[in-house]
Amino acid sequence: METTRHLLSSVLMARFAAQGFLRLDAVVPDDLNTVAMEAMERGIPGVPYGIPLDVAFPEGSFARRLVDLPAVAGALRSLVGPDPTVDHLAVHVREPNEGSAQPLHGDAIIDTRRDAFDVQLMYYPHEVTADMGGTLLVPGSHLRLTNESDTGRYQNLRGQVRLTCPAGTVLLLHHGIWHGGRRNDSARRRYMFKIRFNPTAPQVRLWDTADLGDPAVTAELSTTFPWYEYATGRLEVYNRIALWRTLTGDDTFDIEHWATRVHNRPGRTA
Amino acid sequence: MKQQVLVLYLSSSALDDRVVGWASYDGTGRTKPTTGDGDHPPYETGVDALRDGWRLFQASQLIPPYPGHEYDTSFLKHEFFFEKLE
Repeated sequence: METTRHLLSSVLMARFAAQGFLRLDAVVPDDLNTVAMEAMERGIPGVPYGIPLDVAFPEGSFARRLVDLPAVAGALRSLVGPDPTVDHLAVHVREPNEGSAQPLHGDAIIDTRRDAFDVQLMYYPHEVTADMGGTLLVPGSHLRLTNESDTGRYQNLRGQVRLTCPAGTVLLLHHGIWHGGRRNDSARRRYMFKIRFNPTAPQVRLWDTADLGDPAVTAELSTTFPWYEYATGRLEVYNRIALWRTLTGDDTFDIEHWATRVHNRPGRTA
Repeated sequence: MKQQVLVLYLSSSALDDRVVGWASYDGTGRTKPTTGDGDHPPYETGVDALRDGWRLFQASQLIPPYPGHEYDTSFLKHEFFFEKLE
């Protein structure tokens, strides 16, 4: 996997920590999109859970070519480190005029890990227009502790992303992000290929940290979203501080004194 | 008599605060609201819904955090159910 020249910057890692996803628009070339569409239409067999990436995707396969694209490989290396395993893969299809949407959900089951995370790659081999049921994403929802589709009552949230994108777009998602396949009101099938990756190494400073002190890092981590309640939005920032401390190994990092203040207990050790 | 239900999620526990999320269910069958079907809320605040004839029939309680989980975030806290009957 080509990695070193396309690692994420600290600013982009902070964006991922705050928003729970990154998007790489039209990063996959047209010839590979064509090969991928043909493979997805034929059907792609599953792989055993936890299989090494290079075993799951043989040399020359479209999936291997996808994850070896420099921008994709560099981002994956930055997020889940060297030698991630493939949790599972799936082809997702939203049928034409199907009449319903998926409920808003997080994948798998409630996941309380605070010092590790999985990444889900979503790849769109063709253009997704507004009426094709592009994935619904809720930025900044990934640290909320909810279980699968218990969030199904939430139909719309301010600031949600109703994905439209050019062919060859890749999303990289934190495992906890709220999302769902929207209702496809078009006459065309809408495809998406998903791969879930599990890290096999500690997720600490895996990206290009040259810009770690850039004020834009703190600015990214301080982002609030239009659907946040005032009070809970502050807790989101607090939880991001904890995540950033874990990702950087720097337990002094803070934003506006939020964490330092509430842990200051002079003379107390327990 | 058929019921239409509107669920609004507000920025705080105050009914006149800003809408941050919404859902609706239509017992008349005239509309079929679903997940991700719009980016603009039907009202700016909960009180705006009252002014348009929606009857509030449930509001979420204010529950203190469980000890040890004061910083956890989960579901939206300020949920208000409204109805119209016809």
